[in-house]
Amino acid sequence: MELSPDQTIFWQYGFITINLTLVTTWGIMLFLISSSVVVTRKLKTGLQISRWQCFVEMIVTGINDQIKEVGLNKPQEYIGFIGTLFLFIGVSNVCIIFPGYTPPTASLSTTAALALCVFLAVPFYGISKTGILGYLKSYLQPTWIMLPFNLISEVSRTLALAVRLFGNIMSGGMIVAILLSISPFIFPVIMNALGLLTGTVQAYIFSILATVYIAAAVQNTKNKKKPKILNTN
Amino acid sequence: MKINWFTVIAQVINFLILVWLLKKFLYKPILNAVNTREKKITDELKDADAQKASAQQEKDDFKKKNTDFDTHKKNLMAAAVADAATQKEQLITAAKTQANELRTTMEKAAQEDQKNENAARAHDNQDQVFAMTRKALTAIASVSLEEHAANSFIQRLKSATEEEKKQMQDAFQSKEHVLLVRSAFALAEEQQASIKNVVKGVLNVEKTMEFKTDPQLVSGIELSTSGYKLGWNFSEYINALEEHTAEISKEKLKLQLEKKAVISN
Repeated sequence: MELSPDQTIFWQYGFITINLTLVTTWGIMLFLISSSVVVTRKLKTGLQISRWQCFVEMIVTGINDQIKEVGLNKPQEYIGFIGTLFLFIGVSNVCIIFPGYTPPTASLSTTAALALCVFLAVPFYGISKTGILGYLKSYLQPTWIMLPFNLISEVSRTLALAVRLFGNIMSGGMIVAILLSISPFIFPVIMNALGLLTGTVQAYIFSILATVYIAAAVQNTKNKKKPKILNTN
Repeated sequence: MKINWFTVIAQVINFLILVWLLKKFLYKPILNAVNTREKKITDELKDADAQKASAQQEKDDFKKKNTDFDTHKKNLMAAAVADAATQKEQLITAAKTQANELRTTMEKAAQEDQKNENAARAHDNQDQVFAMTRKALTAIASVSLEEHAANSFIQRLKSATEEEKKQMQDAFQSKEHVLLVRSAFALAEEQQASIKNVVKGVLNVEKTMEFKTDPQLVSGIELSTSGYKLGWNFSEYINALEEHTAEISKEKLKLQLEKKAVISN
């Protein structure tokens, strides 16, 4: 039993490996980009719009509002990163409805890559807003003694992000696989449905946590205010 | 369960590419469309508010104009009614004045007509009476009326009282040397001689006498000089009849005019 789609290798040349994770990711990327191009090709600004435009607008404005609610006043600056996180993870997880599909988020490499992106995005946005010194000073808050703990916090929360998503999605796939061997009818369907819910919730949690971290970095250095702290347990 | 670092790097690159592409093809167009729509709706709402305010203003203006129009209409109507009443009074007064003038004119015309009619009737009456009397006297006494009138005149001179004679003598003994004898008909030579003798005898005056014919006397004779006149003719009787007839006509005319005045009012 393969625990990760990384183990399904299609092509390999030394260090370069084309595995199921990458192929699935490209497929999802293709789907997202082509859908976006198709929907936004004939955008209407009047009151009468197509149902697809309405659906996409609901998603985009929903993400925008969520970013705003967390505390980032200019959500259009962050929606590219946070929105893509949510859409990529969400679509990857929801596609488990298709038989034989393994989401790329079930690969620790993918979740680690996404967590690494968040890990890099936090200082990127923090520095872009207040400069490098302002951002580095945030590690000395509230006192310089907290510096090691702040550094550990940075690393551990990135690790937590990666492992949380990987664990949830991988475990969901594992449970379905185990249930299929024990009871091939009914229960796998229920667990699959539950997996849809779990996958969507995980996409939401991942992106909202990324938003919180970015907001914390931006607001710590800007207003000395702490953002909303979400209980992710 | 281990991390494939090539996959990690590839996924990071994939993710960054996806961020860039979605930003370009999804977020920007969608957010622009939403913002454009919101702006459009906001503008339309503002425009609708402005139009509503304008409509309210126009409504208020229209109401005010309507009220002003009604007031103006009432004032004009009241003025027109007052003018009509004044004109009516003026027209009635003018009509009454005209009616009065017309009535006066008609009265005058009627009186003139009556007067002319009375004169014509009197003249006719005189002629008729004269003709009738002459016919009657001719038939009864077998003498002409003219003779009878001359005889009556002579008799009257003869039967005059002393006082009358004195008056006549005083009157006829004036500086004028001509005594005028007028008669309605031409007197015969004999009658003229009789009258001359009687006058000479009774009045004791010696004057030239001149005889003239005047149909207005209606069968009679009149002796006149300056300041005195003596005569006998039918005119006196006929004048009395004329006065009586005129009095009756006057009463009739008065009744007719009263009736007309009642009808015109």
